[in-house]
Amino acid sequence: MNPTAFLTARHLDVALGGRKVLRDVSFAWPRRQFVALVGPNGAGKTTLLRALAGLIDSSGTILIGDDTLTDLSLRQRALRFGYLPQGHVVHWPLPVRDVVALGRYPHGATDPDRLAPRDRDAVARAMSATAITEFGDRRVTELSGGERSRVALARVLALEAPVVLADEPTASLDPRYQLDVMRTLRVAADQGMLVIVVTHDLGLAARFADRVLVLSGGCLVAEGPPAEALSDQMIGDVFRVTTYRAEHERAAIIVPWAGL
Amino acid sequence: MVTTIAARRRTLTTTALVAVVIVLALASLGTGPVRMSPLTVLDALAGGGSDVQQIIVREIRLPRAILALAIGAILGLSGAALQGLLRNPLASPSLFGAPQSAAFGAVLIIALGLADIRSYALPAAAIAMAFLSVFVLLAVAGRSAGLLLLILAGLAISSLAGAATALALNLSPNPFAALEISFWLLGSLDDRSFRHVMLALPFIIAGAIVLMSQRAAFRALSLGEETAQSLGVHVGRLRLLVIAGVALGVGGAVAVAGTIGFIGLIAPHLMRPLIGHDPARLLIPSALTGAALLLAADIAVRIIPSTTDIKVGVLTSLIGVPFFLYLILRERRALSGGVA
Repeated sequence: MNPTAFLTARHLDVALGGRKVLRDVSFAWPRRQFVALVGPNGAGKTTLLRALAGLIDSSGTILIGDDTLTDLSLRQRALRFGYLPQGHVVHWPLPVRDVVALGRYPHGATDPDRLAPRDRDAVARAMSATAITEFGDRRVTELSGGERSRVALARVLALEAPVVLADEPTASLDPRYQLDVMRTLRVAADQGMLVIVVTHDLGLAARFADRVLVLSGGCLVAEGPPAEALSDQMIGDVFRVTTYRAEHERAAIIVPWAGL
Repeated sequence: MVTTIAARRRTLTTTALVAVVIVLALASLGTGPVRMSPLTVLDALAGGGSDVQQIIVREIRLPRAILALAIGAILGLSGAALQGLLRNPLASPSLFGAPQSAAFGAVLIIALGLADIRSYALPAAAIAMAFLSVFVLLAVAGRSAGLLLLILAGLAISSLAGAATALALNLSPNPFAALEISFWLLGSLDDRSFRHVMLALPFIIAGAIVLMSQRAAFRALSLGEETAQSLGVHVGRLRLLVIAGVALGVGGAVAVAGTIGFIGLIAPHLMRPLIGHDPARLLIPSALTGAALLLAADIAVRIIPSTTDIKVGVLTSLIGVPFFLYLILRERRALSGGVA
């Protein structure tokens, strides 16, 4: 396997409620990478993220750094993976700053009123990276969907974990926020994180990701640089659509065009 | 250290609550057939005043005030903890049938002749039944239960426990069954002694410690169970600990005072406008508010003119049920959607 790999999956299988949702998925990724996870609905993308974060049981092996995932305690896992689920749920109208501070929970910073300087700095950095510093005192429930998604992202970045797992962070956002979120994650990857993002937007995947993993029916069907993994052939086989391609500012543009 | 306006308001509110609880406790010690001023009460507490005053304050009224304070506090704390665990503002021990089940446990022990009202078997049985009821409720309602499901399951459990309590007392050869039923179903702090304090307090304190130890996890749980788990919270263990804490506290309270409802529901709601919605920060203010509410209710039943004793549980229900209806009105959208 790749000697510089930071996160490795070997023969990963996941069964949910007796049904196999993931079959024999293997990959090895270094840090400082942006990986897009794409595939049709029900392909097992979210399941793969949850298995990587250790939130559901899987068979096979997951290696993170020098450790096997199953050897790590819940807290040790929490320090390695920042997990951003779909929907950005916050059940109570908490102040934005307190929600972001929850990102420091695995570091032992359980009281947002008494953050150590190290934790306070991490929260401030995450809030400035997502441009939410100005509404730190507002309640999350008073924010727009786009603002709330940035708060959720800030919470995950504040953890400063080596791996970020984001499940459709751009869903239901307007174009500007979609670009903001992807760019923020791109910066996180450039600063040394391994960022793994589930997305349905092949265009954003092609533009921002270093590598793309294509899942279909629980199986890995392609893994590689966007140009390889998102070939016309592959997109046709997996998504049953034709694509329009172009180039702008030396970046690839992929637009799903018509059903096959 | 950054002190925000919100943080200052929280400190101020908590300090004010402590003062209110102290004043109400003194008022409770001064209230009864023989009225006493707070100064006389303090004097008697410290060993001054006449022998009669000392006996009235230290032996008759002090245990009652301690119980009102401790039971009110644990009910408020339990309500705030359950609301935090379930991310649901309508959660409370009494709506989930915990006190009613605890009362049934206690009554069963008495009816079976296994213990008298002075033995530790009584709180033990009450705690066991309270634990069972909350455990069954959460098992029946499922992991991510909505408002409607929890309340329906709670209604079923509290009705069953209430009926079982009445049946056990009906069938027992106890000539005072009717009186006993009203005590266990309605709750009262009349004629409690230090024996009762010793019976209940250890369990109430243990329950409070268990619930307080989990406070940070409640805040993480605001983001949902899976995200909380990704932050390192053992969600399954947290659920068990909260059930255990509520059972210990409520079971201990019911064993000496019967079922006193709705304090756990009301206390956190009164505090949210002042403290904010953070479930961790709500715990202590809710406990203080619960203590103040029960102390006040227990004073009220003694000064409301009536031919017979009004049970304190009746009063808390009379205030609590309309409040509950008001909350339902406010939460109507969530309820009719069936999701929380």
